[in-house]
Amino acid sequence: MKKPLLETRHDEVRYTSYVVGFILSVIATLIAYFFVVNHLWPKEMLMYVVLGIAVLQLIIQAVFFLHIGRGSRLKLVTFVFAIIIVLIIVVGSIWIMHNLDYNMMQMSPDQMNMYMHQHEGI
Amino acid sequence: MRSVVEETAIQEKKTLGFWIYLMTDLILFASLFATFAVLRGQTAGGPGGHDLFDMPFVLLETMILLTSSFTVGLAILGSNRGYKKQTILWLIVTFVLGAAFLALELSEFSYLAAEGNSWQRSAFLSAFFTLVGTHGLHIAIGLLWLIIMVIRLVKFKFRQTDLNRLALFGLFWHFLDVVWIFIFSIVYLIGGMA
Repeated sequence: MKKPLLETRHDEVRYTSYVVGFILSVIATLIAYFFVVNHLWPKEMLMYVVLGIAVLQLIIQAVFFLHIGRGSRLKLVTFVFAIIIVLIIVVGSIWIMHNLDYNMMQMSPDQMNMYMHQHEGI
Repeated sequence: MRSVVEETAIQEKKTLGFWIYLMTDLILFASLFATFAVLRGQTAGGPGGHDLFDMPFVLLETMILLTSSFTVGLAILGSNRGYKKQTILWLIVTFVLGAAFLALELSEFSYLAAEGNSWQRSAFLSAFFTLVGTHGLHIAIGLLWLIIMVIRLVKFKFRQTDLNRLALFGLFWHFLDVVWIFIFSIVYLIGGMA
């Protein structure tokens, strides 16, 4: 066994943690890809499944790669806070734009005229 | 000479500072994601995601980035055990994978632009290029950081500061991997559905 060049503290980051994280991530990516390429479900359903798998991957990587929860407690706190801000920005934007702006989201000009005619009497 | 306990406490503060930077970066990406989600239907009569994205190509990009995230982990493990050669080797592997990823992304961009589907084509494409391009820029900066770190490791003796920097770089790289997972899922998989 070769002698290490530098005396370091105890090896706290485990090898298995990275291997398990990597394998799980690859599997999750392939599953999501497989579902979409083969159109296993209708579009709406597929969208939620893919989003679910993405969130699962976030958790996998946060635990096995980023090691959240180990070390400083503030790391976990700032992470949760950032996630809350992210959700407010993303969900809020989609919600507001979907509701307020006829010109946004999936509506063709014809559909938009119809919508405005029916709902607003324009 | 500062004690080991003090040294560790200082390092923990630095890591936390860097972590908070990453979280603000996450919010930057969140606003770009929100923009993309709102504008993804606005193709101005041009091609949508389904017509543009090459799925196997994107899967290859994703796998390359995932693997590079793993190899940077191996480099950190090597450095924690004090093996300099192992650390440098895995950092170089990470660099090669990261550079390959960036090259693939740039070739995709230039292909799209050459077909007349650049960021000027539609709101959807503007949002796409901004989001994916910002991630690519982060990768490019990460590669630069990687080069500097490898040169330092080759030229100088292995020191505690090198370990600390490497740990921060690991956080940065894993973070970019997480962001890419969401780009892959939301932009390419969901945005590319018929």
